[in-house]
Amino acid sequence: MNETRHHVTLTVNGVVREATVPGRRLLSDCLRHDLGLTGTHVGCEHGVCGACTVLLDGEPVRSCLTFAVTADGHEITTVEGLARDGGLSPVQRAFTERHALQCGFCTPGFLCTVTAFLRDNPVPTEEEALEAVAGNLCRCTGYQNILKAVHRAAELQAEEGR
Amino acid sequence: MTTKLFGEPVRRREDDRLITGRGRYLDDLGEGALAAAFVRSPHAHARILDIDVSDAIDVEGLVAIYTWEDLPGALAEPLPLLIPHPALTHGRTAYPLAREIVRHVGEPVVMVVARDRYLAEDACALIRVDYEILKPVVGIEEAVRGVHLVHEDVPGNVGAHLVQEVAGPGGVTAREAIDAAPHTLEFRLDIERSACTPLEGKGVYARWDADDESLRVYSSTQTSTSVRMAIAAKLGLPLPKVEVIAPDVGGGFGVKIVHPWPEEVLVPWAARLLGREVKWTEDRREHFVSSSHERGQVQHVRAGFDDEGRVLGLDVEILHDHGAYTPYGIIVPIITSTQLLGPYKVGAYRVEFSSIYTNTVQVTPYRGAGRPQGVYCMERTMDRIAAHLGRDRTEVRAANFIQPDEFPYDQGLTFQDGRPLIYDSGDYPEALRLLKELIGWDSFPEERARAAAEGRRIGIGVGCYVEGTGVGPYEGGHVQVTSDGRVHVSTGLTSQGQGHETVFAQIAATELGVPIEKVSVVTGDTRRFGYAVGTFASRAAVMSGNAIALACRKVREKALRIAAEALEADPRDLEITDGMVHVAGVPSASIPLATVAVLSNPLRYAFDEEARRATQFAASGSDDRPPVAEGEEPGLEGRDYYSPIRSTFAAGMHAAIVETDPDTAEIRILRYAVVHDCGRLINPMIVEGQIHGGVAQGVGGALYEKMAYDEHGQLLNASFMDFLMPYATEVPHIETAHLETPSPLNPLGIKGAGEAGVIPVSAVIASAVEDAEGITITRMPISPSDLYALRQDR
Repeated sequence: MNETRHHVTLTVNGVVREATVPGRRLLSDCLRHDLGLTGTHVGCEHGVCGACTVLLDGEPVRSCLTFAVTADGHEITTVEGLARDGGLSPVQRAFTERHALQCGFCTPGFLCTVTAFLRDNPVPTEEEALEAVAGNLCRCTGYQNILKAVHRAAELQAEEGR
Repeated sequence: MTTKLFGEPVRRREDDRLITGRGRYLDDLGEGALAAAFVRSPHAHARILDIDVSDAIDVEGLVAIYTWEDLPGALAEPLPLLIPHPALTHGRTAYPLAREIVRHVGEPVVMVVARDRYLAEDACALIRVDYEILKPVVGIEEAVRGVHLVHEDVPGNVGAHLVQEVAGPGGVTAREAIDAAPHTLEFRLDIERSACTPLEGKGVYARWDADDESLRVYSSTQTSTSVRMAIAAKLGLPLPKVEVIAPDVGGGFGVKIVHPWPEEVLVPWAARLLGREVKWTEDRREHFVSSSHERGQVQHVRAGFDDEGRVLGLDVEILHDHGAYTPYGIIVPIITSTQLLGPYKVGAYRVEFSSIYTNTVQVTPYRGAGRPQGVYCMERTMDRIAAHLGRDRTEVRAANFIQPDEFPYDQGLTFQDGRPLIYDSGDYPEALRLLKELIGWDSFPEERARAAAEGRRIGIGVGCYVEGTGVGPYEGGHVQVTSDGRVHVSTGLTSQGQGHETVFAQIAATELGVPIEKVSVVTGDTRRFGYAVGTFASRAAVMSGNAIALACRKVREKALRIAAEALEADPRDLEITDGMVHVAGVPSASIPLATVAVLSNPLRYAFDEEARRATQFAASGSDDRPPVAEGEEPGLEGRDYYSPIRSTFAAGMHAAIVETDPDTAEIRILRYAVVHDCGRLINPMIVEGQIHGGVAQGVGGALYEKMAYDEHGQLLNASFMDFLMPYATEVPHIETAHLETPSPLNPLGIKGAGEAGVIPVSAVIASAVEDAEGITITRMPISPSDLYALRQDR
């Protein structure tokens, strides 16, 4: 039996990319294995851990719960696309400054989630920051430094905007 | 930049690649490799009658299907029992693929190799396995009844039985001491299973080089050197023809120290047989049902004590559920039974454990490795004694503490490494003082009264532990200074997020007097360092940290010797600062370490500027001496090993304030305080991070996580939907204070820190909930519905 394959065109991190995939191909697998962007990680394949979070037209989505074909024609940002002009983004800088990662496996999902969050809410309260990261699992850090990093990223973003 | 980096919160050197998506985890490697997938048993206990693959062979992209019948030689034998012990009289391990009988849901039965994982799983779904279902043994009580057996030849389902006894003053036994004590208590405690659940599961990727007849294997492991030896033995390959590399590993917490996992021998075997690259990446459900669990125990406690709460005799019987197999021996119950005593000296102690088979996933160490259960037992006992005597819980603990002038303190037991359990150093009264100050222990009654006035119910809890860390037998370090002035450090043990690239570079930079930017660190790559034990038991910093420091000292000594000759100075007058060897106090009389590296090798082709510059120092050498003197080696490098006489003992104390909802029985942690002593800190930022993560796992184990097996041995919550790992909203802010009691046992004075955070959390939360509710807590974890039921029973 041969599966029907579909041609998809995605704009990933500002670059037009094409792939031919079966209908059941997950966006996470397409990014990782068809396009070679392995920075997006898969931690559970059922949408709970958030490690696979990417930005689809700017909004965080679980790429393990998204079929690649449904992303046809859309814009995607992955962790590889967060750095700007060759430098780390404020969120990336904040994560390393505040030791908000250990093994780093869940980190790309947090980085994408927090990037979208701070774009919409550049000066979050403690409560809002907690809520923003509360859909992603991390088994290493205990989250304390991730929360610190969200606030630090907001500061860095504000400094950059000045 | 200063080169004194030991003790500084240096930003992690591994971060840049990990935050930009350039990490290389197992499944990021081997694009285009064939994919393996497994048919796993859906039954907890069954006999395999038939395996029918006829429907699967038509699947597009299918390459191979293997069952136990296909496995040759040593591969067809049971997997190794890694840590035998005389008390483990009935150790049993699994076959890489099930032979006749399956003993837990998730046991691998058939391996499928196909063009990609989707197709491999298609084929798995079409393979029909007929089973004769056997009676499953689930739960410790069911197992010890011994009516049904997990292994036909293991009577009573008892794999191991061990008694350790330490007599009290005058040779009095624990039971005698208890019988003679002014007060006695007897009770039962239960603690449930949880699991490591790293965000990245296991994975193996193998490539066979037919021209070279060699094998390269990448595994998401905590021990690449031992995986290598296992593969060589199981596949009958010469050791030098096998190399194993742990790439970036997405968390371990113990589960990845087990080796070889079935897949770690099957995937390389298939790669060699097929002459194709093969990769297997574990998915989340597979991880739940086929990797290890830990923690499940039933404990029967008898304690005798005096009016001050001093324990005169303690008698503990432990039933330890080790699941279907014992590849890791009885390390977990040994640790529980020996580390149970914590910072206390008890009059006399008797501990007996039985390690029991059940038709569930095997039990091997998970961060803490038996200590959380031991500490839970001892700390529940302390709270019981305090309640019985009407004394403050911290007073009772203090009455039992080993005092600072009593080190080294011999507990009289045999530890996990087979060596005497002798604590090297510590200051427990000071740790408790700090903790009480940090949490506000003495002012808590007023806080409780204020809360009560608002209709709120709060409680405070405390827990203390001692953790044997840095177990041997050894680790090694290799340090090479190349002619560009760069320092290449390698050690055989692996990394799963602990920041080894950073802390080992801090050590090397400090020892050698070079900027940290010049130092690179490689771990877990057998091409670079072949001898190692692995990363577990909070041992990496102690073991490899000291080995690297010793290797650096060798390099430094050689560098000073060569530089002294070049500078015509006495080596004792030389120092290394910022990569320059110079006469102390005379910066002008100097030579770069890079140039020393060139001078260390008599073969000096002028490949680079350093080599050309070195000619000005080139000694002509004596005609009657060989260019490489006897006992010398070319190059500026050193290798050394650190092998401790015994473990070093870290300690800590935690306290928590919880609030319980009077209506819903929801348990919320309001405050969490940690006092931690792991000797000298290499990088305080990293140590704090380790503590935070440990406490978070402890909170999971205390309030949310358990393996919900039904009576058929089905794991009902084998997904992140149902197994409740804490999110940010469930983990409290953690307040920490450090005490630094150096270890006298190793050159750097350090102790391990990796597991510490998780160890006392269940004990602390039980203590706090009990205090809030006035209900004796004997089972952990405790959910709102558990607490609600306890309230109904009151």
